[in-house]
Amino acid sequence: MAQIDTRGMSCPQPVLMTKKALEVNSNEVTVLVDSKTAKLNVERYLNLTGYTINTVELDGDANTFEISARK
Amino acid sequence: MDSKKGIIFTGAVIGILAVILVRFGNPVNMGICIACFIRDTTGALGLHRAEVVQYIRPEIIGIVLGAFLMAFTKKEFDVRGGSSPFVRFILGFVVMIGALMFLGCPLRMVLRLGGGDLNALFGLAGFAAGIIVGIIFLKSGFSLKRTYKLSKLEGYLFPMLNVGLFVLLLAAPVFIFFSTKGPGAGHAPVWIALAAGLIVGVLVQRTRLCMVGGIRDAILFKDTYLILGFISIIIFASLGNLYFSFYKLGFTGQSVAHVDGLWNFLGMALAGWGSVLLGGCPLRQLILAAEGNVDSVITILGMSAGAAFAHNFSLAASAQGPSPNGKIAVLIGFALLLLIAYFNLEKDVKATVRGGVKIGAN
Repeated sequence: MAQIDTRGMSCPQPVLMTKKALEVNSNEVTVLVDSKTAKLNVERYLNLTGYTINTVELDGDANTFEISARK
Repeated sequence: MDSKKGIIFTGAVIGILAVILVRFGNPVNMGICIACFIRDTTGALGLHRAEVVQYIRPEIIGIVLGAFLMAFTKKEFDVRGGSSPFVRFILGFVVMIGALMFLGCPLRMVLRLGGGDLNALFGLAGFAAGIIVGIIFLKSGFSLKRTYKLSKLEGYLFPMLNVGLFVLLLAAPVFIFFSTKGPGAGHAPVWIALAAGLIVGVLVQRTRLCMVGGIRDAILFKDTYLILGFISIIIFASLGNLYFSFYKLGFTGQSVAHVDGLWNFLGMALAGWGSVLLGGCPLRQLILAAEGNVDSVITILGMSAGAAFAHNFSLAASAQGPSPNGKIAVLIGFALLLLIAYFNLEKDVKATVRGGVKIGAN
């Protein structure tokens, strides 16, 4: 499964990186984000493109989330 | 407030507040303009001496403090920086040069459309063209690299600076310049302007409204979330302008605008392209700066420097049209964007770090 790290990347790169990862493997992806904005943008993109998502907030680091998506 | 209703509501509030600010004294179709107001504030500090555009604009201060308070209470205040700072400074500078050719930032372009100023259609076409060029570079791997965590103090400095500006506005010491004629002399009462700014700052922080993001996301991801806010501002500003009889459909005789279609197009194309490379329009940069993004602070300082140069070197357009110097500056701006966009392409975008799976670009 592809796991991508978008921490520290500014808008719209987290979504672009997610899109690119899905072009390689369209079944599933895990995206690490470190801002609410990136979280919302990535989740919205995955919702729009028909993925089921599961987001968990990582301990110890506020605003860092791991978004898992699968078809 | 992350819903479509939230962003449409935010657009409606901005559209109506902008008209109310005009009703209370701001120039027509300039209830809120981030580029113009940063330029006015820069002038008030004496960094340029264009006597008609000098005033510390409380709307900017309100937007920053509203967004800061909101980010802080929502635990979204996060101090970061280090993503190509000087490139961002130059991009902010160039965006300002483009905005002052058109006479307004993307937000004012939208407000001008809502006031019936058809010159803004050329601006909109240029803006969209600039965004498309920016998207081509984004798709080819353009990146200004990652940010890093910085000390809390660094993030507090920008909101503190804005509090300081507000003190200067109220105290009005002799070394601060306030226009007595021209657009800079047109302003709503301080507390009304500050309150309007605070409301805008709070709402935009929650909804992430961004003028450049609207068109960008619609093209790049077929995501219409942000563009709903963009459209909502136009509709509600139009209704507000009609209600207060500010609405004036046409090209000539518009407030703080010129009728040179080509340079309206090129000015906004420059601002649009630069804003895509920055990741957000000037309004969004203000919000990010308030949330602790020091790179956006640098971008705003670049915009401020751009404004100072624009008026010291006669680059800014006026109601009579663009200046020869301004045309040259816009062309230099395009050359700079091309250089920055090209040299920040990452040939091999490694999208992954963990699990040993590498995903290349293309």
